[in-house]
Formats: sequence, structure tokens, C-alpha cells
Amino acid sequence: MNLEKKFEMIRTLTAVVISLLVGFLIILLVGREPVQTIFYFVLGPVTKFRYLGNVIELAIPLIFSGLATALLFTSGLFNLGSEGIFYFGGLLAAIVGITLRLPSFIHPLVGILTSALAGMAVMAVIGFFKARYNASELVISLMFNSILYGVGLYILNYNFRDPSVSGFASLKLQTTALLTNIIPRTRIHSGLLLALAMAGFCHVFLYHTKWGYEIRMQGLNFKFAEYAGMKPAKIILLTSLLAGALAGMGGAVEISGMYERFRWAALPGLGFDGALIAMLAKNKPLNVIGAAVFLAYIRIGADLMARMTDIPSEMIYILQAVIILLISGRRFLENYRQRALIREVEKNG
Amino acid sequence: MDSFWQIIFTTDFAFSVVRVTTPILFAALGALISDKAGAVNIGLEGIMLMSALTGVLAGAYSQSALVGLLAAILTGMLMAGALAYFTLKLKTDVILGGIALNFFASGATIFFLYYVTGDKGTSSSLASKVLPDIHLPLIEKIPFLGPVISGHNILTYIGIISVFGLWYLLHKTGLGLRIRSVGENENAAKSVGINVMAIRYLAMILSGAFAGMGGAFLSMGYVSWFSKGMSAGRGWIALAAEAMGRGTVIGTVLSALLFGAADALSNTLQLLQIPAELIKIIPYVFTVVGLLVYAVATTRKRKAEE
Repeated sequence: MNLEKKFEMIRTLTAVVISLLVGFLIILLVGREPVQTIFYFVLGPVTKFRYLGNVIELAIPLIFSGLATALLFTSGLFNLGSEGIFYFGGLLAAIVGITLRLPSFIHPLVGILTSALAGMAVMAVIGFFKARYNASELVISLMFNSILYGVGLYILNYNFRDPSVSGFASLKLQTTALLTNIIPRTRIHSGLLLALAMAGFCHVFLYHTKWGYEIRMQGLNFKFAEYAGMKPAKIILLTSLLAGALAGMGGAVEISGMYERFRWAALPGLGFDGALIAMLAKNKPLNVIGAAVFLAYIRIGADLMARMTDIPSEMIYILQAVIILLISGRRFLENYRQRALIREVEKNG
Repeated sequence: MDSFWQIIFTTDFAFSVVRVTTPILFAALGALISDKAGAVNIGLEGIMLMSALTGVLAGAYSQSALVGLLAAILTGMLMAGALAYFTLKLKTDVILGGIALNFFASGATIFFLYYVTGDKGTSSSLASKVLPDIHLPLIEKIPFLGPVISGHNILTYIGIISVFGLWYLLHKTGLGLRIRSVGENENAAKSVGINVMAIRYLAMILSGAFAGMGGAFLSMGYVSWFSKGMSAGRGWIALAAEAMGRGTVIGTVLSALLFGAADALSNTLQLLQIPAELIKIIPYVFTVVGLLVYAVATTRKRKAEE
């Protein structure tokens, strides 16, 4: 492993460790039983097979949003629209599941495909505005999240809401529309296979195709890519379409894998998590899998902690912010890196 | 449609435009001053949210609205200062740093709210304080204009004064000149001995103070409690307003008013028979359209110049 790579890994690990220490500190400061609380938080998920299953179940949608965001970040686009698309994609899959009558293998596929197409359409619009008019994709994508949420809520409330159920829920999806369970004694569903396949696809696409190369070059150096004859508008649109498809799929897979009814009364937050995962993974599709599992692990740990003790699970968002800030800080641990470089040179010289 | 116009052409509607513009205006002024110094503050949304919470908590504990307001402003300055440290010193990407700050605020507010009140949704169980409304003597009596501009929360007036104050600071003082020169040409500013870092820190911290006041208005003026996610995208809308205002004070104020009007419209239209879900997206649609019109115009202008 070369020095740069090693350094990047150390930096990421240090950021994660520091954020965990911040978490411990919070627990020590406000918790009534700190030792027990830390135990649930760190080791809770491995205490039962079912909890481990929960980690993987949660990692499935996170892989999709992580891949979508990693692609966007790779090309230099700061687009957080995966969140709204996740929500809307989930809703569309639910509608397909409620209204259409199809055989069981085809049914979820149609739902996933519909959501992927819708996601592509939304991202294409944002990407077009960016490519053609250089309109801020960050602000527009965030506005689109709120718009998609409002429109989705309207569609649901006026057409597919089940008034006989207490709380917020759509009508029941037909059983043919649900993804099959693949590991007994957990709720892990076949969406996992699609998630892993997509990670593999994104890896091959980014690192072994011409288009992928162009996306990476544009992210590294916009001017260079343009002078080298690559078309920025094409690359922006291409990246947006792929990311939109991934985010839409993620929403559809989550709803048809984990739910019987559409139950998201608010934006689920899974799309936003993509930003953290992409950063932990250094935008590398295969690393996204590990980063998603890590985030899912500390989320489930925090949930168990909140259930057993007096610390709310929202503590996890503070940790996430610390990780993002430290990883994206280019000067973070810079001194260490320079000393290591000098040592290396002296040794070889 | 008649009833629509009947609702729009009233003093009540004009009054509510001024009212709901206030938080957007504060955040937009924050966006403006940091932008002038060449430091982008993407954390406005999170800063407003955090300040809205600390304002309520400090106000409830001290039983003083003034202490609440000061706490909100201080929170804004601290958060903006932290963001400045990461982006200026540790060279964190400004956008990622801002995103992190917003994530932090959305989780930390719920965390602290739960810790203090045992509730994850609102602070309504706390006896928090509200900043007073001010009735302007004499002006109150002017027909139409009086009822529109009198009787607002004190922060609305502070916001209006801030507009003039910021314009004066930027265009009539030495500090303003330094801020603008740092934003326009960092190296030129450096060459005449301006401490670029210090100016950027200052601009960011002032930006945080503005956003802090915007947050305080939300929880101590607009309503009298904190509820989770109550900034509802206003920090982002403010960034759009600043961009549309082309970085000028007057342009920023006008754009903020436009988005405020969209917000007021969505509040008012709920009286009509239109689904509330769709009405709530009006401000966001307005913002997208506004940004696009601005972006298209800029692109055309650039092409014409080439």
C-alpha cells in the first residue's frame, strides 16, 4: 500500500475514533449509567442474531444512497436530491404494489424500475439546470426534496391512504409486490443482492469504462477535463441520471423489502445519509458497502442504547457531523502526513 | 378566483409578508456579508435551527426574552466561528462543512430538546419567553401603510435597521472596504497588508449573528416555542435570495421579500379550498423558479459578453 493511501485510511479511522470519543463524552456527561450505555451503543448490535440482521437490513438502503451520492460527489456535483427521490421512489413502488396485479417476481421489479425512472427524471432536471445554466445544484436539489415530499404527501393522502389504520399509512401492498426474505430469522430481503450488484456495477463503470473515467476526471479537475475535450454537460447529465436511478431504486427496495404499507410520514433521511457514506468510502463504490454497514451498525447501536437507557438516539447525528467535518478537513492530520513523507524520503534516500 | 384577490389585496396579507420575510431577511443578510468576504456560509439553515432552540431554552431558564435573544445570537456566532475554523484553517470544503453543520443542528436540537424537556417534537412544555411587538406611534395612524408596518415584532425592526446598517458598513466604512476587497481579490488585499484570515473570520461570525437573530425570531416571535426542523429550508432560501440579489444589499432585500411573499401566500391560501400539501410547496417552487430565472439571465449575459 502506498503512503498516500495509508495516510487516507489513517485519517478516516482517526475521524471515526474521535467521533466515537465525542459520543462517549456525551454519554458520560448526560447519561445516568454511562458504562452500561456505552456497552449497548458499542456492542449492542452483536448481542443478538436478530440485531445483526437489523444492521444488514438498514445497510441495504444506505448502500443505494451511498452509491448515488458517491457518484455525484465523484463528478464534483454537490447534489443532495437523493433524499426526496428516496421518498418519492418508495411511494411510487408502493403505488405499483397497491394498484397493479402482476406475478410475484415481476411485480417488485416493475416497482423498482418505475422508481428508478422517476429518480432519473428528477435528477436529470436538476442536472440540466446545472449543465445548461450553472444553477446551484445544492440549493435546487434541497428545494426539490421539499417539493417531492409535498407532492408525494398529496398523492398519498388523496388516493392511497388507508383510513382504517391508526397513524399514517397507505393501503396494503399486495404480497406479490414484496421482496422475498433471504435469510431466515432476520428480515434481510433480496434487495441486498441488488444493492451489492449495483455496487459492483458502479465500480466497473467508474474504474473500467471511458464514461467513468470522464466522470472522475471532471471531478478532479473541471478545467482539465474540458480542455481535454470532454463535454461537461454530458458528464453532468450522465452522472445525474445514474444517481437518480440508484436513489429511486433504493426507495423502492426499502419499501417493498421492509414494509407492507408506505409509512413515511416525513422524509426518511436515508438519502442524506448518502453524503456521510460517500465521504467515509472516499467515493469508491466498493467501499460504500463497508461504510454503509458501519453507519448501520452505529445507528442500530444507538437505537438499542436509546431503548435501554436515557440517551436519545439522535446523539448519532452529532457524531456524523464530526466525522464529515474531520474527513473533509484537508489539513486534518496534515503535520503527521508530512512527517511520514519526510521519514519515507530519508529512509529511501 | 375572486376570493384569492380579496385575500391578497389586504393590509393583513401585506403585514404577513413583512412578518414571514423577517427570518429569510436575516439569513440572507448573513449570506451576503460572508459572501462579500469571499467565504460562503452554507450552514445558515442549521445555525438558525440551533439558535431557535438556544433562544427558547435560555429564555425559559432566565425568564428573560433578552437573555434568550443574546443566547441565540451567541450560538449563531459560535457555530459560524466553528465553521470558519474548519473551512479556513483545516481547509474543509465549504459545502461539505456546511452540510455537516446542518446535520449537526438537525440532530443536536432534538437531542438537547429531549434532554431538557423529555419531548422530541416541541418545547411547548417550557414556559419560554417571547420578544415584544412594537406599535409605532404616529406611523400607526397612516392609512394602509400604518397597519402594514406597525405592530411587528421588535426583531423585524432590528432586521430593517440591519439592512441599512449593513449597507453603511459595506460601503461607507474602512472595514467594509476591507471586507469587499478580500472578497473581490484576495491577493491584492493581502499585498496592501490586510489580514485576509481575520476579515473572513469576522465576516463569518457576523453572518452567524444575523442567522442567530433569524433563528430567535422563529421561536420567540413568529411562534412562542421550538419545534424540530422549524427552520424549514429558510436558510437555503436565503442563499437563493442572496444569489438572486447579485450580492447587493438592495437586491438581496427585494429577493428576500419575494420569497417572503411566497411564504405568506402559502399561509394565506390555506383558507381556500386547495390541498394544504400542495400549498406548502409554494415557497420552494418559487425559490427554484427564482434561481433559474437568475441563472438563465446570468448565462445569457455571459454569452453576450463573449
